[in-house]
Amino acid sequence: MAIDSSPVINSSGATTRFRRRRSRRLSESIVATILMICAAITILTTVGIVAILLAEGLSFFGEVKPQDFFFGTRWTPLFPSAGFGVLPLICGTLLIALGASLISLPLGTLAAVYLSEYAKPKVRNILKPILEVLAGVPTIVYGYFALTWITPLLKATIFPDIGVFNALSAMIVVGIMTVPMVSSISDDSIRAVPASLREAAYGLGSTKFEVVTRVTFPAALSGIVASYILAVSRAVGETMAVTLAAGATPRITANPLESVQTMTAYIVQVSLGDTPQGTTVFRTIFAVALTLFAITLIMNLISDRIVSRYKERYE
Amino acid sequence: MTTDPSRTSFRANLFNVKLARRHLTGSIFGIVALLGALVGVAVLIIMLVEVWRDGIRYFRLEFLDLFPSRKPDQAGFKSAFWGSLWVIGTTAMIAFPVGVSAAIYLEEYAPKNWVTKILQTNISNLAGVPSIVYGLLGLQIFVRGTIGVGPSLEDLGLNDFGRSVLTGGLTLALLILPVVIVASQESLRAVPPSIREASYGVGATRWQTVRHHVLPEALPGVMTGTILALSRAIGETAPLITIGALTFVAFTPEHLLDDFTVMPIQIYNWAARPQHDFQDLAATGIMVLLIALLVMNAIAVSLRYRFGHGNGR
Repeated sequence: MAIDSSPVINSSGATTRFRRRRSRRLSESIVATILMICAAITILTTVGIVAILLAEGLSFFGEVKPQDFFFGTRWTPLFPSAGFGVLPLICGTLLIALGASLISLPLGTLAAVYLSEYAKPKVRNILKPILEVLAGVPTIVYGYFALTWITPLLKATIFPDIGVFNALSAMIVVGIMTVPMVSSISDDSIRAVPASLREAAYGLGSTKFEVVTRVTFPAALSGIVASYILAVSRAVGETMAVTLAAGATPRITANPLESVQTMTAYIVQVSLGDTPQGTTVFRTIFAVALTLFAITLIMNLISDRIVSRYKERYE
Repeated sequence: MTTDPSRTSFRANLFNVKLARRHLTGSIFGIVALLGALVGVAVLIIMLVEVWRDGIRYFRLEFLDLFPSRKPDQAGFKSAFWGSLWVIGTTAMIAFPVGVSAAIYLEEYAPKNWVTKILQTNISNLAGVPSIVYGLLGLQIFVRGTIGVGPSLEDLGLNDFGRSVLTGGLTLALLILPVVIVASQESLRAVPPSIREASYGVGATRWQTVRHHVLPEALPGVMTGTILALSRAIGETAPLITIGALTFVAFTPEHLLDDFTVMPIQIYNWAARPQHDFQDLAATGIMVLLIALLVMNAIAVSLRYRFGHGNGR
């Protein structure tokens, strides 16, 4: 009996085990495929963004000549005598990004130096998260603050003839909201400077100020520059605060007391309006978004390149 | 070779004077740097105080129980509040599973080759795309059902996503996906390899190892990252305006294909009006939005402390 049955049991056991292993292998590969598809969605997102911007943008350039768009100085697509020159929007965007960086770069750098070199760990552990809250506050809140507090304050004190909508208040709030991008990333890269460099400088009799300005800061410079570029790129893409604070007057100007319109604010204006889809006027938002996307992408790629080069140095 | 003692002492004196000056420069610089750091903190405090002072007038329970109105005294936040909850819920249901799966793929499955490198670079670049561009993506793909060439699904009458909660949720999910993926990857990476090796050692497959050992260990960090990403999504305005979310809604959504508005859009709508009363309503709306953010962050932090074994920062 025992001799008879044992091979049967053995073989059937082996078959089930084999079957189970095969089904397990199958379900393993199904799971792996599903996970891979989820990761591929990110690629599809990029492809989708580029495809729709190019498709709509190119059909816009079929109706308006690219040179009229990129070099034209009159942006009045919503008027009967339509002008499709994007320069006023680019000018408004750059004016605000420039003004914002005059605030965020120095303040962010000082904060980073303080956090990394001067602050005691206890202070640092409180101060750094508080600064990061600035980046977590919704941008609409900054827009409200600029419109209802900063502009009236400026009007009452230094600039009595400032408009309700003006570039200056937008610059200030965009500058403040991008401070943590500079301070956090720069702080990280200053702290990544090897201790041996600092110790060597102290060993030669340098004071703390000399160590900071002549050793650690230059050593961390590439990371700091990368954080600058990211902050400016964020300022270029910032939407709601500038829409609320700077208004909707496309013009080429360097006067921060006037109302300007940024590329993002124009897209919001058209989206809120009743421009029918499929018209040339509606397609302008894709052409503008394509320009915006190209500018921010280039800046982000440059910053990525700087960061990766920087990483190689101390490894 | 003999040095004049008076000259040495003069030199030492000069050195000491200079050293004192060098230290003084240093401490002045330290104070300036501290002031630089404090400017941000000061602005944050002023902003919160101002919002509080403007908004407290309308801050009462009915604010959440009234629909927007032309009369400031009868205006409320109900449609925006519930609209935000619906949209964020939808975003979470999509972004969490997809983001975590993508992170698991990248950390546990993907071979180290150029394809994976492209995936990774692409994710970090996506995080830098302005949010309004995602709005245009949502408008074309989910509202109109087109990738730009050929007739759109909307033209053919095949697409009834419209400007619905589902469209908003999908758009915001794409927006925060890179953040969720990167945060999840970080906490998966923090799981010690010994756990994986022990699991493989007793004969578990890769998925069994991930499912039963790696993922439970990484979950608190993953959830913290996801909640922080969602708290970014709840404040997003621009992409939802671009997909055409309505600015005046006097009902709450009842299903995924309903029209909607969200808190930031309602705040924008009120803040952009010239009347003072509506601007105060905007401040009240901001108070509600900030409280919602605070609650989400508190949940994220408490998750990190309760379950975290040094996961995340």
